Amino acid sequence: MIEVQEITKQYGEKVVLDKVGLQFHKGKVTSLIGSNGAGKSTLLSVISRLLSQDGGVVMVDEKNVTEYKNRMLAQRLSILKQSNHVRLKLTVRELVSFGRFPYSQDKLTKEDMMKVDRAIDFLNLRAIEHAYIDELSGGQKQRAYMAMVVAQDTEYILLDEPLNNLDMKHSVQTMKMMRQLADELGKTIIVVLHDINFASHYSDYIVALKDGKVIYHDTTDNIIREDVLKDVFGVRVKICEFDHKRICNYF
Amino acid sequence: MPAFCFYNEGGCLRALILTIVLLALAFVSLFVGVGDLSVSLIALSRVPRTAALILAGVGMSISGIIMQQMTQNKFVSPTTAGTLEAAKMGLLIFLIFTPGAGMTLKMLSAFLFTFLASMIFLAIVRKIRHRNVIFVPLVGLMFGGIIGSISTFFAVQLNIVQDTNAWMMGDFSGILQGRYELIYLTLPAILITYLYASRFTLVGMGEDFSRNLGLNYSAIMNIGLFCVSLTVSSVVITAGAIPFLGLIVPNVVSIIFGDNLKKTLPLVALTGAIFLLVCDIIGRVVIYPYEVPIGVTVSIIGSVVFLFLLLWKKR
Repeated sequence: MIEVQEITKQYGEKVVLDKVGLQFHKGKVTSLIGSNGAGKSTLLSVISRLLSQDGGVVMVDEKNVTEYKNRMLAQRLSILKQSNHVRLKLTVRELVSFGRFPYSQDKLTKEDMMKVDRAIDFLNLRAIEHAYIDELSGGQKQRAYMAMVVAQDTEYILLDEPLNNLDMKHSVQTMKMMRQLADELGKTIIVVLHDINFASHYSDYIVALKDGKVIYHDTTDNIIREDVLKDVFGVRVKICEFDHKRICNYF
Repeated sequence: MPAFCFYNEGGCLRALILTIVLLALAFVSLFVGVGDLSVSLIALSRVPRTAALILAGVGMSISGIIMQQMTQNKFVSPTTAGTLEAAKMGLLIFLIFTPGAGMTLKMLSAFLFTFLASMIFLAIVRKIRHRNVIFVPLVGLMFGGIIGSISTFFAVQLNIVQDTNAWMMGDFSGILQGRYELIYLTLPAILITYLYASRFTLVGMGEDFSRNLGLNYSAIMNIGLFCVSLTVSSVVITAGAIPFLGLIVPNVVSIIFGDNLKKTLPLVALTGAIFLLVCDIIGRVVIYPYEVPIGVTVSIIGSVVFLFLLLWKKR
């Protein structure tokens, strides 16, 4: 389980995270929502130790992240950031193979190869496995990075705005894949989302952040409510029920 | 070269072909030039020269590719990051403060200056917000210009401008047994790069990306700095500055074979050595029985290729 306690992060005078305390449920999809600058991406970076906090601790499986060896943590927790401006000319397969780096470095074993193959199939990339990633479309690229994370095969998967720059079809595909990872492989997923309807439709739990504080943390049904969302985003939202899923209309 | 055959059959075949070309050129290089061929001539002058050429070619092109990975910019190289100028400054400082001291001190001085300058350059690159592809090497050129002008200032004061300019013009004609051995210091750097090829590929994907995969990013950056500084300073001391090599060779290989260093590093190394050998042979025959310094041939051929690269990348 991932647990954060009293996380504080400041940039100069500006407090980006203000004593954030949370526990993330194992095997579930948890979405982080909130306005721009609420601290969602910062929180994700702190949890994954890409950014160091000014106060508080992050516990992964009851152990402080700072006590993990780099390699060991990379076998438990992976993060995919929103901007992947990798300009290198690597093939999809080479990229996905790097997902095995925490385990075998660059000397891939038979088991590693198998996991790479499985990740490529899981993301439906078999047809383009030897294509260079810089020649792919935005959606294909995103899938290639996802496949790398799948090959990394970590208990916890952190995704920072994975739907950025994706069209409707690829957004839905990505979210369905996320559900599959949680439901079929038992992964714990923490994802930053901007589109409230995607959060409503695909997540088990939602954490709402505002001005660096956690203001709500509950099951999806308890968050997707008109009063709660007004509080989080400062926008009037009308909610309709449709096929047992709640859809927010805020236009 | 069975050691190269770790990746796949295609890559192995390419490396094998390049190795054969390299050996053929090395053989030609041994027998081109003025002087009656004798065992002693070959042992004292030609073998050291050919060995130095190969090591410098491998070393400079590998340094280029490491710098490109560390800055995530294809146009950074010892030529465009002030690295060569820093080595020159190290030599100058050595000459001013400890003239006549041994080679070890000379090497150390050049090494320290290149290391320091590369560190400063990396810090500057990290501060640049808009990492425009062309902007970073431009900053590097300016940085090199500043270092160069400081060196020139002191050189003018001490009346040794001609000497310092001579260092910056790569030339292998002065290489003789007993006066070139420092270039073997590139070997450990080459070996380390080879063993860490995949780690350097990851470094090129960015800090967040590589740390997510458990890489000790700053440690690899320091190792990279060490390798580049060691290689560049030992090449500059033995043969002088060789421009463009670290820029063109990695780029040409990258365009054709991609950026997975585990696969391409042997190709970069071999191509670098071949390119330098060809330039040297041309320099030795073009105004025979005289010689054009290799810095000139490399610059001319290199700048033309570089121009093509720029236009190619724009498209």
